[in-house]
Amino acid sequence: MTKLTRREFVASTAAAGAGLGLGLKPASAQAAYPNRPIQVICPWGAGGGTDATARIVGSLLEKELGQPVNVVNRTGGNGVVGHTAISTATPDGYTIGIITVEIAMMHWAGLTELTPKNFTPFALMNEDPPGIQVSNDSPYKTVKDLAEAIKKAPPGKFKASGTGQGGIWHLALVGWMQAMGLPANQVAWVPSNGAAPAMQDLAAGGLDMTTCSIPEARAMIDAGKARSLAIMSPTRTALYPNVPTLKEAMDIGFTTGAWRGFAGPSGVPAAISTKLTESFKKIYDSKEYKDFMASRGFGTVWNDAAGYAAFMDNSDKQMGDAMKAAGLTKA
Amino acid sequence: MAVYLEAFRMVLAPDVIIAILLSSIYGLVVGSLPGLSATMATALLVPVTFYLSPIAAIATIISASAMAIFSGDIPGALLRIPGTPASAAYTDEAYAMTRKGQAELALGAGLWFSALGGIAGTLSLIVLAPPLAEIALSFSTFEYFWLALLGLMCATLVARSSPVKAIASMLLGLMVTCVGMENPGGIPRFTFGNTDLLGGIEVIPALVGVFAVSEVMRAMLSPEPPKMPKRKYNSIMAGQWMLTKKYWRQMTRGNFIGIIIGVLPGAGADMAAWVSYAMSKRFSKEPEKFGTGHPEGLVEAGASNNASLASGWVPALLFGVPGDTITAIAIGVLYMKGLNPGPTLFTEKASSMYALYIVFIVANIIMIPLGIIMIRVASTVLRAPRSAILPVIVLCCAVGSFATGNSLFAVLTVAAFGILGYVMEANGYPVAAMVLGIVMGTMVEQSFVTSLIKSDGSILPFFERPVSSVLAALTIGALAWPVLFWLWRTFQQKPASAKA
Repeated sequence: MTKLTRREFVASTAAAGAGLGLGLKPASAQAAYPNRPIQVICPWGAGGGTDATARIVGSLLEKELGQPVNVVNRTGGNGVVGHTAISTATPDGYTIGIITVEIAMMHWAGLTELTPKNFTPFALMNEDPPGIQVSNDSPYKTVKDLAEAIKKAPPGKFKASGTGQGGIWHLALVGWMQAMGLPANQVAWVPSNGAAPAMQDLAAGGLDMTTCSIPEARAMIDAGKARSLAIMSPTRTALYPNVPTLKEAMDIGFTTGAWRGFAGPSGVPAAISTKLTESFKKIYDSKEYKDFMASRGFGTVWNDAAGYAAFMDNSDKQMGDAMKAAGLTKA
Repeated sequence: MAVYLEAFRMVLAPDVIIAILLSSIYGLVVGSLPGLSATMATALLVPVTFYLSPIAAIATIISASAMAIFSGDIPGALLRIPGTPASAAYTDEAYAMTRKGQAELALGAGLWFSALGGIAGTLSLIVLAPPLAEIALSFSTFEYFWLALLGLMCATLVARSSPVKAIASMLLGLMVTCVGMENPGGIPRFTFGNTDLLGGIEVIPALVGVFAVSEVMRAMLSPEPPKMPKRKYNSIMAGQWMLTKKYWRQMTRGNFIGIIIGVLPGAGADMAAWVSYAMSKRFSKEPEKFGTGHPEGLVEAGASNNASLASGWVPALLFGVPGDTITAIAIGVLYMKGLNPGPTLFTEKASSMYALYIVFIVANIIMIPLGIIMIRVASTVLRAPRSAILPVIVLCCAVGSFATGNSLFAVLTVAAFGILGYVMEANGYPVAAMVLGIVMGTMVEQSFVTSLIKSDGSILPFFERPVSSVLAALTIGALAWPVLFWLWRTFQQKPASAKA
């Protein structure tokens, strides 16, 4: 009896007092994983998109594994704190987390040592590609018109926004400019406090375009105050099937997006990692997950552990290139 | 029509009803305890709102703050110690009435005119907000820059301390917002390589520290209030209708002054009560009766402080500019709940806004029965020993701030700002000005830098755009006002002294 309570105690404390934990390891390895509650760390605040995704997946994971799954927000440090907490947890599969595109960006700027290599990837479950939005009364009707005008104009004449300096949508713009063979600063980036103020400023006539994601632009598009000219993804979005991809509109293969996936600290045993990937796959295929993501307008993408690792490598390289081009890396 | 029904459905949800009831009782109790303000009551609620639905979260803040502002009148009338600073303006008057044997009339007036004032303030919110939202939709960063600057100017102009100290406090607040990488350049500033500081100093722990911890420290140093003898009350609401008929002019004037002061950034319920009480005395037909237990000033000031509470939400919801210290906290909760302040709130989340109006009205109506009960049990509540209450508050601050981010850093922030707030108040630096600086610093910097990027470094668009030029004129006027006033005074005095 005493042993049991002790084990539960260790399980419930994230710190997992090292000595006790070691002593109990053989016991927990013998029992089938999972035999105690699982903690999912979310590096972003409650109420945001990442938090919502973590919570819906968490509740479905609970049904799938038959153990309580607790989503814990570890905010602060612009995501560094939470990502660090995931990567430094004991790799026993009982502390995992949702990791976001920022992990492929922050180390280039010298904000942390963490890279995607510090994690054991389980599954990629969401990616939202950026669109190219203009105000409804903008003279540019197609992305080709807009691109031609940008090419002719002096650098910095066109202004774009969608997030802060060096944020994911800024890098999407830089990537697009580079794919057209233009310098990174051909279009000036106006930092904003998220996509919503940028969309409002676009409608108020303060900007030429925004490169935020389609779900973020949705309210203003539906209100008839903005138009999406193209989307930087391999396929069209179900939300606006009339909006062409960059490839279709101007034969530019550049695609990117803000992604979210589940991962643990590096060194999670293969048996546990495989089990988790299988569970995430079932969740991904479930109606509840699909319905929830559709209701929030979030895109769904699937990649298993190996696919996710390769995806993150690619994302990491892409972000690094864009950040170097924009002069955002640490010298 | 559908949005109205949706709004009613949102308010009638069981969790919202329970939240309103519990937070009302909480607000009444905290407000009645001397030394604990309505702002502190709100700050302590923030961690609780973390676990509630968005409407329930906002409802707790609205009901707790409205109740606390009224409840502050109770110890004022009975012990001559204001429960909250908003009651301080007329505490002597209310106490004089109690000494004349009119305790019921004084307390009843506080309750009745608070409720009516709250409803008047809500009406102002309902009437003012939608047309303002329409205008605000065309605001670009240039307008937001002036608006934020105007808000900061207001904070220093209306402070009841020396303007130099108010400006110093405000600048300290602005400096706090410089920490972190949430700036237009995305560059970490003043982080000293500390990961926790990368995200900047979060507003909510800072406000909890300034308002709750420093108030506890102050209360610990002040003497324990005297115990109140138990007493029986006659009908509390009797005579209120007569007062309403007799002083309806004063009540309306109080409502209007309260609404205007509420809308002004930085000035809240306490300022509204002081101004209205003074106004009442100034325009009264019998000013000699003031201070001797005369209900006239009580009516006007009581109507004013609760009206300012609701109208303080107008700039908060529309522009993210707090109308008072309570809405400064509420803005943080709005962001946390995905109801980001801005004109789009009124177009995209219209039903949530209507639900908010309904909550305001419901809170002000249930204030009357709950308030009567509170008055009757006040002598028991006020017996609660301070040595039991104060540690619980500090514990709530620590646990609550930890819960919001699961980090110890938030708890340290609360402690640091608690000490800072205490030291500032003790030396006459208004913390409200610092809070305004903390809440609006990011907006000032962000809107200034992005405007300059958009205009390629030219400052002309700050004055060219029509709305922008009006706001610029107001801001520069507010800035130049003290100087002009001083010049005019010296100019007036010179001929006078020349004659002598």
